[in-house]
Amino acid sequence: MGIVLAMQGALSQGILWGLMALGVYITFRLLDIADLTVDGSFATGGAVCAVCLVNGVNPILALILSTIAGFIAGWITGVLHTKCQIPAILAGILTQIGLYSINLRIMGRSNTPLLQYDNVFSQLEELTGLSSNWVVLIIGLIVTILVIVALYWYFGTEIGSSIRATGNNEQMVRALGVNTNVTKTLGLMISNGLIALSGALVTQQQGYADVRMGIGAIVIGLASIVIGEVIFGHKGAFGTRLTSIVVGSVIYRIIVAVVLQMGLNTDDLKLLTAILVAIALTVPIVMNKQKQLSMYKKLTGKEK
Amino acid sequence: MLQIKNVSKTFNPGTVNEKKALDRLNLHVEEGDFITIIGGNGAGKSTLMNMVAGVYPIDCGTIYLDGKNISLQAEYQRAQMIGRVFQDPMLGTAADMAIQENLAMANRRGKKRGLKWGITPKEKEIFHEQLKRLGLGLEDRMTSKVGLLSGGQRQALTLLMATLIKPKLLLLDEHTAALDPRTAKKVLDLTNEIVNEQNLTTLMVTHNMQDAIHIGNRLIMMHEGKIIYDVKGEEKKQLKVSDLLKKFEEASGEEFANDRMMLG
Ligand SMILES: Nc1ncnc2c1ncn2[C@@H]1O[C@H](COP(=O)(O)OP(=O)(O)O)[C@@H](O)[C@H]1O
Ligand SMILES: [Mg+2]
Repeated sequence: MGIVLAMQGALSQGILWGLMALGVYITFRLLDIADLTVDGSFATGGAVCAVCLVNGVNPILALILSTIAGFIAGWITGVLHTKCQIPAILAGILTQIGLYSINLRIMGRSNTPLLQYDNVFSQLEELTGLSSNWVVLIIGLIVTILVIVALYWYFGTEIGSSIRATGNNEQMVRALGVNTNVTKTLGLMISNGLIALSGALVTQQQGYADVRMGIGAIVIGLASIVIGEVIFGHKGAFGTRLTSIVVGSVIYRIIVAVVLQMGLNTDDLKLLTAILVAIALTVPIVMNKQKQLSMYKKLTGKEK
Repeated sequence: MLQIKNVSKTFNPGTVNEKKALDRLNLHVEEGDFITIIGGNGAGKSTLMNMVAGVYPIDCGTIYLDGKNISLQAEYQRAQMIGRVFQDPMLGTAADMAIQENLAMANRRGKKRGLKWGITPKEKEIFHEQLKRLGLGLEDRMTSKVGLLSGGQRQALTLLMATLIKPKLLLLDEHTAALDPRTAKKVLDLTNEIVNEQNLTTLMVTHNMQDAIHIGNRLIMMHEGKIIYDVKGEEKKQLKVSDLLKKFEEASGEEFANDRMMLG
């Protein structure tokens, strides 16, 4: 029974954090930028949401405001990277570090408990009488589907196509008359908006926001992406790829649940996740080398 | 049409790597000119193209295109008027995107991009027609990723993309140099066809002297960031490769010893 509950928890956690992974995907795979704003903007989403709930803002509106805060965080990284020409990784780190102080300022303390306030999950729970696990699952799924549909639409539009092309071949995109500073900044904004939305949903679900809640989020996002790619490949249609990331996020949570059941503690998880990502990113390279080597042997052997 | 006045460019100024790539260069291009540009390695041919396209800022001087001073415009702003094909087939297209997506991007060169769908059914029909004339069978593979195409196919596609919306100026920087001779000829024939058909004002860098003589109505030779020879019309048509070599030696005071230059 314990394992079933743990799995159900993993499923809903995976879906809520899956939104964050979708955000990471936009920068990491579409824009080809390693954006480290993530750890800060995830907590910003949580912090803004917490302050909203404490002040009696409607929980849905709180989610929207958190998302907007994420847009702003992404915009700052975008400006640092494009206008100030700071390398993307450093620009992200600067925003992330700055956000730590800002998040503390937003909440006024490092941890805001929210158990006595209404949130989207408790509201639906009261409305339907379903168990909390089911409610998280339903809301998580609805939001995720909406986001995937919205992303699918947006990245098919004229401007969305140029964002995708920017990650592919910046030089060509400029030669075709697109300001790549704008496309990169837009991509960073959408990405961090989603990440903050994820942080806000997680905050409402767990009943508190913590200034440290985003630490390691980037690695969890990457883990979800690479797990999704290992299972579904990374050549599929856009909609499939987005879905595979959410599935990757769920599988990551299941792995975590299993590992925890086996007696590992949560502090060791970060190391485990880092190793997982490192391996998953290495495997394709090694496989490529192997392919090359066997091809070389085959062709060279023939010539003899 | 295109006026380049006293344009200079020095890379890495004030360092040991200082390199004067363009030296107070002047060039006046008439509407409809098809100019071939030759010169040794490092003569500044690519730099000239990049300065016109706005890839790097110029140090001094002025560039007018179609009566407008574009010297300080960003690359993406100039793109509205300029179509380009690069030497590296990888540079002109987005490998992970479909052929038709690449064409749709090109079909919006210099136009505002908004929230309309990135490609319309009508465009797909037009692209189908346009691809057919390339004679490479690409019209049946419009949803294939460009990364699957050969270098020659990618160059032909890039050429089509650069001219899909008629550019005021077409810049071709050794766009056949990376191709095998047969493919190179095909892409070059296609270039000639498109340029003549649309009467495009074109600058084409080439390392093949025969091509430089036979194609276009004007030829310029560059050396150390300067134009050392400029010939057009009948005089150009009468040129022989040996004339060009002599000119080069005259102007530069050096033996022409550049294995990358092709005499054939
Ligand atoms: N981005 C750059 N940075 C530094 N030096 C450059 C750069 N681009 C070109 N150069 C230098 O400028 C000179 C002219 O180069 P280029 O215009 O590419 O010559 P060409 O195309 O005629 O072979 C060369 O000496 C080259 O090394
Ligand atoms: Mg060159």
